[in-house]
Amino acid sequence: MENSILNVQHLNAYFGEAKILSDINIQIPKNQIVSFMGPSGCGKTTFLRCINRLHELTPGARTEGSIYLQEEDIYKLSLILLRRKIGMVFQRPNPFPTMSIFENVIAGYTLNGIKLSKPQKEEIVEDSLRKADLWKEVKDTLHKKGTFLSGGQQQRLCIARSLSMKPDVILFDEPTSSLDPISSNKIEELLLELKTDYTIIIVTHNLQQAARTSDYTAFFYLGELVEFNTTQVLFSNPLNKRTEDYISGRFG
Amino acid sequence: MDKLIRSRFYKDRLFKGGIMLFTVLSTVPLLLILFYIVKQGISSINWDFFINLPKPVGEKGGGIINGLIGTSIIVLVASVIAIPFGAVIGLYLSEYSRDKLSYWVGLCVDVLQGIPSIVLGIIIYLWVVKPTGHFSALSGSIALAIMMLPPIIKSTEETLKLIPGTIKEASLALGVPYYKTILRIILPMGLSGILSGSILSISRVAGETAPLLFTAFGNPFINTNILKPMSSLPLLIFNYAGSAYEDWHKLAWGASFVLIMMILLLNIVTKILERKWKIQF
Repeated sequence: MENSILNVQHLNAYFGEAKILSDINIQIPKNQIVSFMGPSGCGKTTFLRCINRLHELTPGARTEGSIYLQEEDIYKLSLILLRRKIGMVFQRPNPFPTMSIFENVIAGYTLNGIKLSKPQKEEIVEDSLRKADLWKEVKDTLHKKGTFLSGGQQQRLCIARSLSMKPDVILFDEPTSSLDPISSNKIEELLLELKTDYTIIIVTHNLQQAARTSDYTAFFYLGELVEFNTTQVLFSNPLNKRTEDYISGRFG
Repeated sequence: MDKLIRSRFYKDRLFKGGIMLFTVLSTVPLLLILFYIVKQGISSINWDFFINLPKPVGEKGGGIINGLIGTSIIVLVASVIAIPFGAVIGLYLSEYSRDKLSYWVGLCVDVLQGIPSIVLGIIIYLWVVKPTGHFSALSGSIALAIMMLPPIIKSTEETLKLIPGTIKEASLALGVPYYKTILRIILPMGLSGILSGSILSISRVAGETAPLLFTAFGNPFINTNILKPMSSLPLLIFNYAGSAYEDWHKLAWGASFVLIMMILLLNIVTKILERKWKIQF
């Protein structure tokens, strides 16, 4: 595939003896929204966590195969550099509770010991919050704790925190599953705005969400990548029987 | 039907009344003890009591300055030893709770909690006092520090375990190294637990006599050198309450009152700090 940003080849992932992912091959196109869908336990979240190597944190977890981020082997990159290039937003909003909104957005720099002048910091914070569509709501309360915001606002704060590092790819792990419909909608709209600058990978078990927001969809089942195509083709004309069964609600 | 409802209502009242009755009954002895100490002790309390040394038998007045200074120094040194160790062990237990070592450390902490304080005193006598050849405040502090460890470890571990794993992952996903994630994200979140555990353990050991009998030993004079024998409030109470003289008994009651008030104050401070530093997540 031309213009791909991530290239995954023969990836296997394990928790101890259990094989979670088997022989995943996929190329993620640049500046598109790609959704990973499938029933629970199909390995979609594990795959997402392999991409920024968070998977390896779990005791007993390991991987085989290779993932390239723009020709670079992610297993040869330093973890710090890799995770600056590939940001992540989690299932539940997780702002740092000891920090203010401002400190949360700039946390990727301060915690990594990157020195910035005050104007630089202010610029990054404003820019990131604007991109995450949160600036208007919090510009007067930047020095209040981030945990005082509503759930949806907290999630957008977490998105701003990832954006501040200027990543190439952002991984979203079911980012709306703990939010109400209105907040979810806002996040989905935000994803569409963000794709001009970033490549977005979103894990979802919500078929409608995948159909609404993404350009490409990958269907995972029992640790295998069953089908990967443009969202339009995958939903209207699936090649695989299992994909068709899942989309039409026959299981999952 | 009506009768059934009424009988349920009365049973409910009876049950509630019973719980309250037993609560009050079991609190009464505690209040009596407090009342008795206050009654016996408060008459000796005045400014001179806090700034004078105990007087010899037959002389009126006298204070507990040596015990006050001694307790402060011994407990302070014990805290300086125990808090860093306790916090680090608690951190280890919460971070690596699946490790085998973690299991054994946890078990040791539980056993340590059950060791009688007098036994600790004797052990420190054998390990520190005998080799150095003399009693010292430092050896007393070491004995108290060992007693302080279990509550500090437990409360650090419990607080840190409550922190959701995704907050740690959020930091790691930003490329922050593990050690910085612990130092800058996890430990600050656990601060309230570490501190309240520490203050509670201080209030627990401030009243300990047994571990100090063979270590700090006691001293009728003011001493600020931690390598020499030093007095402490509980030691002073122990020595003077066991004497045959009325004046000395009075001094011991006064010292008990001061000690109890100190511990009460520490407990109140802990409660306030816990509430103030509680972190929402």
